[in-house]
Amino acid sequence: MEMINCKVNGIAVSVPKGSTILEAARAAGVEIPTLCYMKKINEIGACRICVVEATGARGLVTACVYPASEGMEIKTNTEKVQKARKTTLELMLSTHDKKCLSCSRSTNCELQKLCLEYGVDEGAFEGYKPVYELDESTPHLVRDNNKCILCRRCVAVCKEQFVSVIGANDRGIDTSIGSAFKVKLSETPCISCGQCVAVCPTGALTEKDDTEKVWAALADPTKHVVVQTAPSIRATLGECFGMPIGTNVEGKMVSALRRLGFDKVFDTDFAADLTIVEEANELVERINNGGVLPMITSCSPGWVKFCEFYYPNLIDHLSSCKSPQQMAGAVIKTYYANKMGIDPKDIVSVSVMPCTAKKFEIGRPDQSASGYPDVDIALTTRELAKMIDRAGLKFTMLPDEEFDSPLGEDTGAAVIFGATGGVMEAALRTANDWLTGKDNLDVDFHAVRGTESIKEATVKINGADIKVAVASGATAAQKVMEKIKNGEADWTFIEIMGCPGGCVNGGGQPIQPQYVRDTVDLKAVRAKALYDQDAAMSIRKSHESPVVKALYSEWYDGFGGHKAHHDLHTTYVKRTK
Amino acid sequence: MQKKISNHPFNGTPEQAAKLEAVINANKHDKSLLMAVMQEAQGIYGYLPYEVQKMIADGMDVPIEKVFGVSTFYAQFSLTPKGEYNISICLGTACYVKGAGIIFDKFAEKLGIGADECTADGKFSLTACRCIGACGLAPVLTVNEEVYGRLTGADVDTILAKYQ
Amino acid sequence: MIKTVAELNTLREQVLQTIALRDAEKLASVKCDYKRNVLVCGGTGCTSSNSLKIVEALKREIAANGIENEVKVVTTGCFGLCALGPIMIVYPEGSFYSMVNVDDIPEIVKEHFVNGNVVTRLLYDETVGEGGKIKSLNETDFYRKQIRVALRNCGVIDPEDINEYVARDGYQALAKCLTELTPDQVIQIVSDSGLRGRGGGGFPTGRKWALCAPNKADQKYVVCNADEGDPGAFMDRSVLEGDPHCLIEAMAIAGYAVGATQGYVYVRAEYPIAVTRLQKAIESARENGLLGKNIFGTGFDFDMDIRLGAGAFVCGEETALMTSIEGNRGEPRPRPPFPAVKGLFGKPTVENNVETFANVPQIILKGAEWFASMGTPTAKGTKVFALGGKIKHTGLVEIPMGTTLREIVEEIGGGVPNGKSFKAAQAGGPSGGCIPASLIDTPVDYDNLTAVGCMIGSGGLIVMDEDTCMVDMAKFFLEFTVDESCGKCTPCRVGIKRLLEILDKITQGKGTLEDIDRMEELCNYIKANSLCGLGQTAPNPVLSTLRFFRDEYVAHVVDKKCPAGVCKSLLNFVIDKDKCIGCGMCAKNCPADAISRTDYIAPGHKLASFEINTEKCIKCGACLDSCKKIKAISKK
Repeated sequence: MEMINCKVNGIAVSVPKGSTILEAARAAGVEIPTLCYMKKINEIGACRICVVEATGARGLVTACVYPASEGMEIKTNTEKVQKARKTTLELMLSTHDKKCLSCSRSTNCELQKLCLEYGVDEGAFEGYKPVYELDESTPHLVRDNNKCILCRRCVAVCKEQFVSVIGANDRGIDTSIGSAFKVKLSETPCISCGQCVAVCPTGALTEKDDTEKVWAALADPTKHVVVQTAPSIRATLGECFGMPIGTNVEGKMVSALRRLGFDKVFDTDFAADLTIVEEANELVERINNGGVLPMITSCSPGWVKFCEFYYPNLIDHLSSCKSPQQMAGAVIKTYYANKMGIDPKDIVSVSVMPCTAKKFEIGRPDQSASGYPDVDIALTTRELAKMIDRAGLKFTMLPDEEFDSPLGEDTGAAVIFGATGGVMEAALRTANDWLTGKDNLDVDFHAVRGTESIKEATVKINGADIKVAVASGATAAQKVMEKIKNGEADWTFIEIMGCPGGCVNGGGQPIQPQYVRDTVDLKAVRAKALYDQDAAMSIRKSHESPVVKALYSEWYDGFGGHKAHHDLHTTYVKRTK
Repeated sequence: MQKKISNHPFNGTPEQAAKLEAVINANKHDKSLLMAVMQEAQGIYGYLPYEVQKMIADGMDVPIEKVFGVSTFYAQFSLTPKGEYNISICLGTACYVKGAGIIFDKFAEKLGIGADECTADGKFSLTACRCIGACGLAPVLTVNEEVYGRLTGADVDTILAKYQ
Repeated sequence: MIKTVAELNTLREQVLQTIALRDAEKLASVKCDYKRNVLVCGGTGCTSSNSLKIVEALKREIAANGIENEVKVVTTGCFGLCALGPIMIVYPEGSFYSMVNVDDIPEIVKEHFVNGNVVTRLLYDETVGEGGKIKSLNETDFYRKQIRVALRNCGVIDPEDINEYVARDGYQALAKCLTELTPDQVIQIVSDSGLRGRGGGGFPTGRKWALCAPNKADQKYVVCNADEGDPGAFMDRSVLEGDPHCLIEAMAIAGYAVGATQGYVYVRAEYPIAVTRLQKAIESARENGLLGKNIFGTGFDFDMDIRLGAGAFVCGEETALMTSIEGNRGEPRPRPPFPAVKGLFGKPTVENNVETFANVPQIILKGAEWFASMGTPTAKGTKVFALGGKIKHTGLVEIPMGTTLREIVEEIGGGVPNGKSFKAAQAGGPSGGCIPASLIDTPVDYDNLTAVGCMIGSGGLIVMDEDTCMVDMAKFFLEFTVDESCGKCTPCRVGIKRLLEILDKITQGKGTLEDIDRMEELCNYIKANSLCGLGQTAPNPVLSTLRFFRDEYVAHVVDKKCPAGVCKSLLNFVIDKDKCIGCGMCAKNCPADAISRTDYIAPGHKLASFEINTEKCIKCGACLDSCKKIKAISKK
């Protein structure tokens, strides 16, 4: 690779030709502030906060997009640079709703952090500022354009997610981010993935905060409040408390939930195992009875909504299995309620998910096995962290505890649901055993691991070639669906997740500032924690899960039996864009 | 300025839809022709309401938000229909300093509509325009092609009466 | 169909016989088929003043007199003197009829075309010298100093007739490039000529092409920026309307030079005549084999299309323009990568504006040295300016680079009318600045204007007299840029709005001296930090007026006075009750109902006088105009 040599604040550094000043600076250990920049996703040079001085360039240049060159001397902190950045921040603040005290992003806001560093005067500029209505129309997020700094990161990820339901409208000082004809987000084909929330540098996009509902339930002595936690959040929750990315905090998480006052702390993982056996059974049925193939997973509510909006004629490809969250909810309010002698109406079923679309999913029709909603409140990882903070729990100092029985035991197969390819691998483990009729020791299917957006594999099971595909992110999903639509797909089974990288990178996961997102592969590092846990487990196949076994022996009339079908499967709707 | 969005019911005809479809079919092979299609669509319908933008978005296979983003970026695109008589009041510098703003407000009050709006009966619409180059006659307005200059408040009623 | 250079030459000689009358030099050697050529301007200006009716009337009268075979009537592009429209020139005499009325046509046809007597009374008065001696247009003050390169065919040929263009050596430059020169040689000639971009920045055209040429790609593009947005500048429109084939030829030459086979012209939709003519020209060039595959049998392919703008000033910025051609909101992109490397649709692209291109065929034909012999050491050739504002001759002029502002204003433009004095000239529209009277001897070229905080821009030149308030003028331009800011980058989106708000405060008499300093600081910040040229130059009108007319700002802030009497918040209108005759015209004309009758009857008058309610008064000045005879109303 051709390298160039330059100096950043006097530090000599050698970087590949074509690197930007920002990349050169990062190589030299110098961080330059950015607001609009997202590596490879939003390289638009719009916010102007990353300006620096560089030899050979006229005036100030934006480090995020300006190429470094041989012999260039870059100065990132001169008086001129600092003054320019400060003015940029002050101008941004002149159109920014500065209600920082109550803002959910306070202390975790990229704008606020810079304002503090640069010692801005909030009132330096005053004048016309457009005023926008809050958009609280969807169950999953709140858009407050009064806090928007027009960095367009949300627009870029929405485009990356194929849907582009939000974009820049109007121009000049009245430019705003919104939907066509400025309708509420609920009237658009938004898939609720929440990627926009995860990348917003300010409080302009936040998940809809449902924590007050949980606090109220916990305070109500007549309610039996049960919580379930998704596979991926044990690998991410620690980030909210300053722990290194990729730390598995399952034990502390359980103890925190218990201390918050939940009556039972269950693991969604048991339902992931349940999903696998139901889904594997459905697949076999489809293959044997000439059903619609390829069959596609339905765990990800963002993906399901995408399919309903953008490929309404292909919804028969979706597995009819409910998602693990909903299966867990169904089991809690039927099997568990029955076992404990609790009226399901008195159960408040809470989930903690990596996902904003889960807030949408709990309100879908045909998701009430007990006659009551399977899940009442879906929180994101971030909301749980907020509750832990409010309760005064010192998370990092909590002891490790274990999930409650009977719905707390899991398998390695369930744990890896949180990463793209995980559901597929879990399914293959079960299929391999079932089809060969053996207890196979080799359970690692490396072909479906990794963070690429589309992976294809041909897996040999019992002498037969099974073609499978794994896609994550809605753009990858779209590519897969086009192939199916055009009759070019020869896969039997496909795993699709709505978010790039799967649940570890879900829209409800802890916010990481953009410089972290640029420099750390969140998807891979978080996924590693899950694969490590899987590798260390004694039970690594869903069909061997003790909970699953108990459920089918005590409660359900066999895989895909009538009762299981009623409680654990659902239907889809054709939506119009 | 934020572009005003019409709340008038859309009443496009099948003939208009057929024309637009032909335009889309002729251009859909190349998404970069979006603006050209929008320009033709505005020629057909007089403005670009939701229904028209939706047809364009579906036909050109682009998100409707992209169409809307483009339509609100360029001054030429209108999101509101024009009335049978479009009263366009010049708010260029010369006219403005001669009280064009007051004339505008009077029209708005009489017609019960604001800028870029159309009366319920579809008879009148009101727009504020950039300098039309008739600064010597300031303040100036046009009703469709007809020019009225050196306006005073009293002219509002007489002009409206002429088109009732 | 013109398949070879020989065929092109044959056609040239044939058509020359019909148009040689228009060129005294050519007339000496070519026998002309007609006795007279009548050229009527069909540019936007003259068309608005009904020149097409003149053409109809001419044809009717000529037929009625049975002289169709003697007189050829041609609709041309703009002559440049738009204020005198409709305009008509009769060759070989070169008689210049201005403000022609349809009713005069029978007389002109009969007297002039049939009887051979020029109708002196209807000629443009400056072409009629002492004792009724008739001068040609080229001898008038307005034209004398002009050298027409970019505009050489404007007002001379029928833009819708490719043959007339061919007769004026059209497509000869392309033929020469394709048959005698390598692409590198073409670039070398353009570089040697010293041609620089005529649209704003003044980047050397040859260097631009040289940057693009070596880049390998499956497709490259040549783009013409015809999104002329500066209010008052319309030279690009004139070329498109008057000489569209010149642009086509130049773009094909550029395509050959850099290895591009497709061109786009991005034109404002507000230029319907230009668009129609260019479209027709492209079609006829295609029909004649001058666009398309295998031009002149050399194996070179080039074709082009038009893309229409939809009303966004920022699309004049090259990256925004390309974003717009791609079908998006016309938002600029950061540079680098420069368009030469990654431009339209991500491919290497050369972009020049219309006027720049219009120089190219002449440079190829006449040579780099010829072009470089005009102008100044750093700015070669000519430049077209649109003269406007408080000046006698408004219109388009093409003059050598380095002509002084004094020559432009006083000689070519005929000076400031109504006995007022020259205060400053604003060059470069909303991106430019002003040149004060003290610098009137500045030779106008890129570097000299930049040195005084100004820029040539696209060539708009607005003359201001003593009645212009410079603060108000800066505000006017800033309102324009605020309106046209695309909203992408922070400094431009928010910064210039805040700047305008401070300016507004000052014009209302509410500013402070600190505001002036803050404004200056903000200006410098916006210049240094904005993403594209629009934002980077938006503060120029403010900075430039601050530099030369700071005292006016101070007067607004400290004395709460507008020295030019323009800023209305700082003015009051009053009626002298003893002068008022009580006629009531002022009250009748007041749009704000601010004037009412008092019960005071001045000595010697029959009716009670009027008074102005200053609370209600909007200071429009309508009353002042209505009282011009009595002069009882004054500004204070």
